[in-house]
Amino acid sequence: MAEIQKSEGFIDWLDQRLAVKAFMRVMMTEYWIPKNINFLWAMGVVLVVLFGVLLVTGLLLLMYYKPDINLAFDSVNYTIMQEVEYGWLWRHMHGVAASATFLIIYIHLFTGIYYGSYKKGREMIWITGMVLFIAFSAEAFSGYMLPWGQMSYWAAQVITNLFSGIPVIGDDVVIWIRGDYVVADATLTRFFMLHVVLLPLVIIVVIAVHFYSLRFPHVNNQESEVFDFEIESEKFLEGRKKESKVVPFWPVFLSKDFFVVGFFMTIFFALVCYQFDFAMDPINFEPANSMKTPAHIYPEWYFLWNYEVLRGFFFDIGGMAAMDIGLIAFVIANIVFMILPFLDRNPMNTGPAHKRPVFKYWFWLLVCDMIVLTVYGKLPPTGVNAWVGFVAAVLFLGLFIALPFITKHEAKGDAQ
Amino acid sequence: MREFKILAIVLFFTAVTYWGVEPYAHSQMHPHVAPADFGFKDIEPLHVNGNVESGKALVEANCIACHSIKSLGLEAPMSFEAAASAYGVVPPDLSHAGVIYDKNYLAGFLKDPVSATKLSHKFGDTKPYAMPSFNYLSEQEIADIVAYLGNIVSTKASNKMVFEEACGRCHSMKYDGFKAQTPASSLKSYLGAEAPDVSMMIRSKKAEYLSTFINEPLKMVEGIAMPRVGLTEASQEQVVAYMESVGDRKKAERESLGLKLIGFMAIFTLIAYLWKVQIWKEVE
Repeated sequence: MAEIQKSEGFIDWLDQRLAVKAFMRVMMTEYWIPKNINFLWAMGVVLVVLFGVLLVTGLLLLMYYKPDINLAFDSVNYTIMQEVEYGWLWRHMHGVAASATFLIIYIHLFTGIYYGSYKKGREMIWITGMVLFIAFSAEAFSGYMLPWGQMSYWAAQVITNLFSGIPVIGDDVVIWIRGDYVVADATLTRFFMLHVVLLPLVIIVVIAVHFYSLRFPHVNNQESEVFDFEIESEKFLEGRKKESKVVPFWPVFLSKDFFVVGFFMTIFFALVCYQFDFAMDPINFEPANSMKTPAHIYPEWYFLWNYEVLRGFFFDIGGMAAMDIGLIAFVIANIVFMILPFLDRNPMNTGPAHKRPVFKYWFWLLVCDMIVLTVYGKLPPTGVNAWVGFVAAVLFLGLFIALPFITKHEAKGDAQ
Repeated sequence: MREFKILAIVLFFTAVTYWGVEPYAHSQMHPHVAPADFGFKDIEPLHVNGNVESGKALVEANCIACHSIKSLGLEAPMSFEAAASAYGVVPPDLSHAGVIYDKNYLAGFLKDPVSATKLSHKFGDTKPYAMPSFNYLSEQEIADIVAYLGNIVSTKASNKMVFEEACGRCHSMKYDGFKAQTPASSLKSYLGAEAPDVSMMIRSKKAEYLSTFINEPLKMVEGIAMPRVGLTEASQEQVVAYMESVGDRKKAERESLGLKLIGFMAIFTLIAYLWKVQIWKEVE
């Protein structure tokens, strides 16, 4: 046991018992981040802030929300939106923050791909990040059901029905997920549980693992330059701050992040108060009605690329039903980013995309294709739209099939 | 400089995606329709001026057997339930009918209710409309009735009153404690459809859509059971304003608080920037 002495003050008292000073050094003042970074490196902190917004507003909403199909819609749209003081603000912030989280996740994800931050020791950062993406997707989907509006109901109906595509046990799985033959009260209550308890717990744990996985390979930098963090941090501590290639997390790195967060939150509140339809679809302000199918059923914008991969295969090919091909493609699309570090067969070249001769085209093609998929995932799948969706879905799969070959080829060029 | 370039690229792709899934996708899903027609151009306008006195006699002889005129103390002869089971739908109160409905529309409606309401897909010889046609009256008599109805009250109807008279026979406004006059079961057998509660319609349909929709429902939704009721532009604005005051009653608070929140974050950003510059001066 440590030798406890009469303390010189509160901090010292705490330090003798919890080693807070050493803890702060490890977590903040001597946690080293490369200096050569740009604002895209602040997206992680922006996501933490957004998650905080979701957590706090979620707790406030939870005080009034009623998870019952007869009460849910009114508890949201009357009690929270109209009766509770600033209830509308908590709901708008919650809804817009959910959408904004996905926008930032996508920026964060593409930043990781562009700067090669998913390989050469950083695989676990990437994989835990993709686990977070899936956990957030489940969180968003379960949350979208809670207001029990038209799209809550019909999206739940369509998405849970996808599991019927699983061979042999599919139909039973659907009933097991719904807790009923159709989407009903049992479905709402269990998705409520997932949304407010299980998934947030999972997310918090995986966020911790995601941060932890950053400690050993360190944060990447703009040029993917490899240097010795020990030597550079000593330079900084000796006072050769300008010469050192690293900065401490606190206050230097965070001072920049606060600025980026401020800039982003300014836009966020403009969206919350004036431009919220993209995140809170008007059709969901119509109460769920199992007798009235909406003219257009579509998921929230951040699931559209995925949905279009599913829907893009609209005709049978070689005796295989269109629905089955779509489902297989959908499953691949959901896991293919996870295995990206292993599809890249040029593991030693961690340079940013603009310094990689072939990969850069692959990257921008992927970005454009995913935007096309997103847009056509919302448009009615008729006429030429269906074909654009088909081509974009095939291209999406093709890009990931081509990646090992492209990167292998690139690796050969690098070796020469 | 590099940071601005990156920001420009990020903003560009975000903007393209936003444009694609919001304005562009919605323009594809909801094809453009002609704007609201408050002139009711398909109805032949009245050619004669009405006489209020003879209109009064005509209304007393023809209308008040079914309709109430509460502003004159004339109550409906039947309860809502009895009227609904007798006619299918509760006949509207006529206190403000001459003011809130367009005059030419009213004349056209008296002559041929089914084509004025654009409900020929729902009503005809086999299933008669609750309101009989008065096409046996002369043009002058029709004009007299319209003139009298427009002369009943001098006070302007409140937003809620317009809603109750024009919409409240079928639609409830639960969040304002208003229940549709016609019981849902009668309405369903009469129209073949239920009339939804409209408490949140201002958020689910938005004011712009509603202004075209209320003016002529059939133009927006094929085969819809909702009639064209012939509200004047001003009255329809009152209905939409009432819907907003119920379904989006925090709009004013939202719009004024928005400025404060944005201002707060802008000041935060400025201070954060100055702090960042100061901190990074030491390391760069």
